[in-house]
Amino acid sequence: MNKATRNYFLKIPGQTDNLEIIRDFVAGVAQRVGFDLEESNKIELAVDEACTNVIEHAYQHDESKDIDIAIKIDYNKFTVVVTDRGRSFKLEEVELPDMNSYLAELRVGGLGIYLMKTLMDEVDYKSKPGGKNEVTMVKYFLKKRHAKVK
Amino acid sequence: MNEFIVKRKDVEDVSIVYLKGYLDAHTAPEFENALQDLVDEDRVRIIVNLSELSYISSAGLGVFMGFIEDIRSKKGDIKMAEPNEKVFRVFDLLGFPVLYEIFKEEAEAIEKYRTS
Repeated sequence: MNKATRNYFLKIPGQTDNLEIIRDFVAGVAQRVGFDLEESNKIELAVDEACTNVIEHAYQHDESKDIDIAIKIDYNKFTVVVTDRGRSFKLEEVELPDMNSYLAELRVGGLGIYLMKTLMDEVDYKSKPGGKNEVTMVKYFLKKRHAKVK
Repeated sequence: MNEFIVKRKDVEDVSIVYLKGYLDAHTAPEFENALQDLVDEDRVRIIVNLSELSYISSAGLGVFMGFIEDIRSKKGDIKMAEPNEKVFRVFDLLGFPVLYEIFKEEAEAIEKYRTS
C-alpha cells in the first residue's frame, strides 16, 4: 500500500462516551494503512488509554473541553498525537509498575501509561507553553520485518 | 453505538456475570455496580463470562483489581470464562492469568468451584 505522508484529524469533546468513536477512528485509519488486526488493536487500546487519562486526570471530567487526535502517516511510521488543554503531569515522574509486584500486591489503577508504553514503539509526553499537553505515540510499519532479519 | 450489557445468573452458590460489548472508562462503573451488588449479597463465588465482550481497557481491568482482595478475603473468587482472543491478549499482556483463573468454558469454572 502507498504510505506517502497523510494526515487524519479528529476533534471531539472529552467525554467517556466518545471513547468508542475515538477507537473506531484510530483503528479504522490503522487498518486502512496496512496494520493487521492485532497491531491495530494495540494502537486502538493505547489511544483509548491516552484519552481516558485526559478525561479523568487532565480534564477531571469537565466535558466542555475537547481532545484533538491527529494521526500522521509517514513512509515508515504511524504517529498519533493526543492533545489536551488541561492539567499537565510529568511523564518521567510517573512510576511504571513492575507487573509481578503489581499483581502480587493487588494494586489498583495506574495501568494506562504502562499499557501505552508496552503497546506502542515510542511514547512521549510534552507540556507546551500556552497550556497544551501532547502525548505522541509511534508505531513503525516495518518492525516485524526487521525482527525477522535479526 | 455498541451497547454495554451486564447480566447475571445465579447457579446455586455461584454467580455468573455476563458482559457484552465494550468495557472501558465509560462502561466500567456499570460492571463495578454489578460486582458490588454481589459482594453486598455475600455472593462471592463469581464467574465473569466474557464470551460477548469485544473490548477491554485498563478501566475495565481496574474493576477486577478493585474487588479481588475483598472477595478473596471473604473466601470467594473471581474466575473468568470464555474470553475472545482480543480480550485475552490484554489480560495476558498484563500477566492477569497469574492472578486470575481463566477458563475456556464457563462449565469448567463452575466445576472448579464445585470441587474446591
